[in-house]
Amino acid sequence: MGVCMTATLVETSYREAIGMALAEEMRRDSTVILMGEDVADAGGVFKATLGLKDEFGAARVRDTPISEMGFVGAGLGLAITGYRPVVELMFADFIGVCYDQIANQIAKYRYMSGGQTAVPMVIRAVGGAGLRFGAQHSQTCETWLLANPGLKIVCPSSPKEAYGMIKAAVRDDNPVLVLEHKGLYGNRGEFECGEEGLVDLKNPALVRPGKDMTIVASLAMVGRCLKACDIVAEKGIEPEVIDMRVLRPMDVSPIVASVRRTNRLITVEEGPRVGGWGAEVAAQITDEAFDDLDSPPLRITLPDHPMPFSAPLEDAVLPSAEGIAETIVALHEGG
Amino acid sequence: MTIQREFSNRSKQLCDDALIEMYRSMVTIRQFEDEIQRCFLKGMMQGTTHLCQGQEAVSVGAMKTLRDDDYITCTYRGHGQCLARGMPIDRTFLEILGRKGGVCQGKGGSMHLTDFSRGLLGSFAIVGAGLPVAVGAGLSAQLRGDGQVSMTFFGDGSTNIGAFHEALNLAAVWQLPVVFVCENNLYGEYSPLRATTTVDDLAVRAAAYDLPGYVVDGNDVLAVYDAIGDAVDRARRGLGATLVECKTYRHSGHSRTDPATYREQAEVDAWLARDPIARLRSELVEREILTIAQSEAIGSELLANMQEVSHAAGEAPWPDEKVMREDVLV
Repeated sequence: MGVCMTATLVETSYREAIGMALAEEMRRDSTVILMGEDVADAGGVFKATLGLKDEFGAARVRDTPISEMGFVGAGLGLAITGYRPVVELMFADFIGVCYDQIANQIAKYRYMSGGQTAVPMVIRAVGGAGLRFGAQHSQTCETWLLANPGLKIVCPSSPKEAYGMIKAAVRDDNPVLVLEHKGLYGNRGEFECGEEGLVDLKNPALVRPGKDMTIVASLAMVGRCLKACDIVAEKGIEPEVIDMRVLRPMDVSPIVASVRRTNRLITVEEGPRVGGWGAEVAAQITDEAFDDLDSPPLRITLPDHPMPFSAPLEDAVLPSAEGIAETIVALHEGG
Repeated sequence: MTIQREFSNRSKQLCDDALIEMYRSMVTIRQFEDEIQRCFLKGMMQGTTHLCQGQEAVSVGAMKTLRDDDYITCTYRGHGQCLARGMPIDRTFLEILGRKGGVCQGKGGSMHLTDFSRGLLGSFAIVGAGLPVAVGAGLSAQLRGDGQVSMTFFGDGSTNIGAFHEALNLAAVWQLPVVFVCENNLYGEYSPLRATTTVDDLAVRAAAYDLPGYVVDGNDVLAVYDAIGDAVDRARRGLGATLVECKTYRHSGHSRTDPATYREQAEVDAWLARDPIARLRSELVEREILTIAQSEAIGSELLANMQEVSHAAGEAPWPDEKVMREDVLV
């Protein structure tokens, strides 16, 4: 596991970036407590928390029973009594068994008490498709959480974002859901570590400047959109790519600014079409920049059925770089 | 592991003033709930509320065992616990009426009374939801190591929901200082316990987690104090959690719209004859700690205050609209 004592450029995987961020925050703040299934002795099924129990001990790095409602609720109890829990959901899909704690309790706690307490809590949920895990272990669960005021929801698309977002989430006094993508865990990237590596949990961010259209994507779709841009570059098309990053509170102002220049919008998300964040972005852009749009906003999403298991079927369901490139070309030519 | 029904008699150590204070607290809760009911009938209160007349001994006996720095979670039938813990009557009343000055600024209401200054971490309106949160507070207490205890109140209905079992298991496996207080009032909403549950003593469920299960007469405030006092002691000494089942009865229906016609009159009468306030009064009179006249004077004095609080709450302004947009995020 990487160690970073001063601000330095490091090169690690998304997985290691998560572990580094957690270790640094635990060193900095003794009230940070890690909990989750197999996070301690085994270091997590995806190995993001490997070695943390050895460094911080069994009191602060805790294996839990398979009991999400219990330990997510316990995380809330810790958060309102002086600790900063980081709770791992081994698969984001397990949000289904602790949704009451997230949506009814954690999200509304500060509000219902009239602001008597903060809820400094992080829930890391590992989602995403592409690993042949079937319908119940492949969802990003972005849409499940979108409708809950009181939560911050962030989606790291790279090692840099994973590192910076987790550090910032641990320091945030609000409940922050970090929706990680298991398909990105092996991806490598460079970033500044230490205090320089902290990122804000506020806005979408420009990741590739362009002029012909604005593409907004989250998680694994960011990388696929960048590849798609490489493909269409041969035809002289230059889309601008924005990483959605933060689903809640949603701030579309960078997207508005971009669309005012490019006059077209495509959203790309790994989730169902109805109720997705792309629909919300499209609606808000239509509200705020209708006159700047040369064509209706386009949404690339998953089709309206559960994720199949079989490899070619799963591949066919997920938006590919080639498929996104075709949409880009069609929109460019149509316009 | 068998159920324990005998406890230390620590209540014998309570001084006269403490006993009178407990009596006053129980009468206060009764009058508060009666007054809330009247406010409903007069149209002064909106939404719903879940009253606890008949269950005052559990709240008062339990709170008497706690330190100021202990943690508590309640349910939507939680007025009694909050008042017994010292939540100010006027600010509680204002909150329940949705008026300015309420403990939660009008954003919680009857089902979400919360007062962090008194360790009241919240009242939960989703059945069972408070138990895991209390377990987390118990973990916090254990990590801090100052001997704090986390106490969670819930009803008989909660023992059939997953959160109950997950919370007991987690508290057991981590040996946390948590006291699980089940107020078994024999009805989960409108359904009698026997229609939804196969066991008569809910405390047997503790055995599944290798935790002690206590059963106590929840209408005897001193017995409640003894039993829960033992459980709190265990928790403070690092011996872990206990499930305490307090057998009690709600005099009214589940919520304001429920006349509770599903209960046999004979059953209601039998429980009314075991009214916890009347029982404590009899005991205090018998022990010559209180005279009948003194008990009546306490009742009148508290009632006059309650009516004043209720009147003032009814006259209080509504909250400023800006508060509804605040406290979503820090």
